[in-house]
Amino acid sequence: MSAAPKLEAPPAGDLVLETRGLTKDFRGFVAVSGVDLKVRRGTIHALIGPNGAGKTTVFNLLTKFIQPTAGTILFRGRDITRARPADVAREGMVRSFQVSAVFPNLTVLENVRVALQRPLGTSFHFWKSDQTLRALHGRAVELLEAVDLAGHRDEVAVELPYGRKRALELATTLALDPEVLLLDEPTQGMGHEDVGRVVELIRRVAAQRTVLMVEHNLSVVADLCHTITVLQRGAVLAEGSYADVSTNPRVLEAYIGVPE
Amino acid sequence: MSGPPGLQEARAAYRAGIITPGRKRAFFIAMALSGLALPLAVYPVFLMNVLCMALFASAFNLLLGYTGLLSFGHAAFLGSAGYVTGHVLKEWGWPPELGLLAGTAVATLLGLLIGGLAIRRSGIYFAMITLGFAQMLYFLAVQLPFTGGEDGLQGIPRGTLFGLIPLDRTLPLYYLVYAIFLLGFFVIYRTIHSPFGHVLRSIRENEPRALSLGYDVDRYKLVAFVISAGLSGLAGATKALVLQFATLTDAHWHKSGEVVLMTLLGGMGTVMGPSVGALVVVTMDNYLSGVGDWVTVIIGSVFVVGVLAFRRGLVGEALHFARNFPI
Ligand SMILES: Nc1ncnc2c1ncn2[C@@H]1O[C@H](COP(=O)(O)OP(=O)(O)OP(=O)(O)O)[C@@H](O)[C@H]1O
Ligand SMILES: [Mg+2]
Repeated sequence: MSAAPKLEAPPAGDLVLETRGLTKDFRGFVAVSGVDLKVRRGTIHALIGPNGAGKTTVFNLLTKFIQPTAGTILFRGRDITRARPADVAREGMVRSFQVSAVFPNLTVLENVRVALQRPLGTSFHFWKSDQTLRALHGRAVELLEAVDLAGHRDEVAVELPYGRKRALELATTLALDPEVLLLDEPTQGMGHEDVGRVVELIRRVAAQRTVLMVEHNLSVVADLCHTITVLQRGAVLAEGSYADVSTNPRVLEAYIGVPE
Repeated sequence: MSGPPGLQEARAAYRAGIITPGRKRAFFIAMALSGLALPLAVYPVFLMNVLCMALFASAFNLLLGYTGLLSFGHAAFLGSAGYVTGHVLKEWGWPPELGLLAGTAVATLLGLLIGGLAIRRSGIYFAMITLGFAQMLYFLAVQLPFTGGEDGLQGIPRGTLFGLIPLDRTLPLYYLVYAIFLLGFFVIYRTIHSPFGHVLRSIRENEPRALSLGYDVDRYKLVAFVISAGLSGLAGATKALVLQFATLTDAHWHKSGEVVLMTLLGGMGTVMGPSVGALVVVTMDNYLSGVGDWVTVIIGSVFVVGVLAFRRGLVGEALHFARNFPI
């Protein structure tokens, strides 16, 4: 593991996202078991753990893509355990996916524009020309510039190399200007340079929002995240700052043999 | 996850500059004008039949090509609209414009009902639920007294449009059908190229991602389904007015299959593909009617060869050709 990070103390914000006893039972296989997660407003919070620990399942539960077997989810103090996925997104908690999720046959610009489109209130207007969407191009290009994709705006997303697809996905997620950003392994499969760029971007966008991210690359976690929750076989193994967690004997044991 | 090959080809043609706004406009104007002149050269009833099926297939393509939903029960909308229009014209003496509206309205409501129940399922389950409902409707069409059972409704009067234009003459009838086709085609074109159409595309491309961006995907699919059902109904209603009969054939699941065939043959996810497919299939039906039951075998073979050889559909392949061998 890399050296202890030099992070400024996390802001003492209130809880923006909280789970109590969150549990998911897949027909007898308990993928998530009694997880109490407390994410403070304005922090970058990491969810780490070995393969199959249940990290993605937690994301699916938080964003309502699957229903919990037990437990409650509070978003900004409001119980969203029974909310629908589209509602959760509209209220400001937006996820990305572990396997890059772009709209493959849309252009790079159109990918971002789809995310910008909803606030116009015309998304059901089948009688309007799509020329009305041109008004969004300025903002879309700005978002693409932030991830160095503006030069590729008219390429079809499917033709981008993997790292750029992930960058596009991030730009699309940011287009919604979410209050809470859930990133599932945002640097997975990226080359060294791309990783650095994405880390900087996350740091920049996290200035005005809360980020909960799953990340396998511990050096990324070390210099980016204020709080770390370690998950193992669906349950919380440890929680705290990187310094605390990285010296926790139980965590070290769980991570033996897991390369950085 | 990738879009239909025909649609990919259409998009590639755009980027390659094969399709430009100017050329597109020129093409549509040429098409519209030739439609005006055609009945002077070709048997008008045949043309009207083609136009009705072209509208039906284009409406179907809105779902298959642009939303990613395979309905296997679209005959329900075509057939029921034909019966309703036939009934109100023949038994209640309604004028043709109201008859067409009534058929379209019933198909739209049916679309809301069937779509509302089927849309939660995807893939093969969605297809089977739509088929199931269409079979129930077929059963009703056989049993209910007002449909005329095996004989269907015969001798539907065409009446006088808006109380001014008698439709028993062929040319006025043709121009009415042509106007209906253009209207329906325009509605579909506009829907595809609207803010709503862009959301539909994103749903077809990656449904979980669209959901994660806050789009209630089921509602968008339902609206697309209802538009498609309504326009299929308009096609069925118009067909009943043209042919002056409404029979079980249009409600039979063969028609639900035939529309899949027309769309794939012409090129799903292309604006013109379904119309081209409809032209091919109706032409074959027409000119091969002499050979009896062999029609289905021949059409089946054409379909197999067509789909194997022209994966992008006829229109998709034409665009592909134009892109690789620019003039
Ligand atoms: N829909 C499902 N049905 C059954 N089991 C599932 C389902 N989804 C996930 N699981 C199981 O739950 C466990 C946790 O999976 P999850 O994807 O959450 O792990 P993860 O921590 O994200 O792992 P990774 O680091 O590999 O992404 C795994 O054993 C997985 O096989
Ligand atoms: Mg995972």
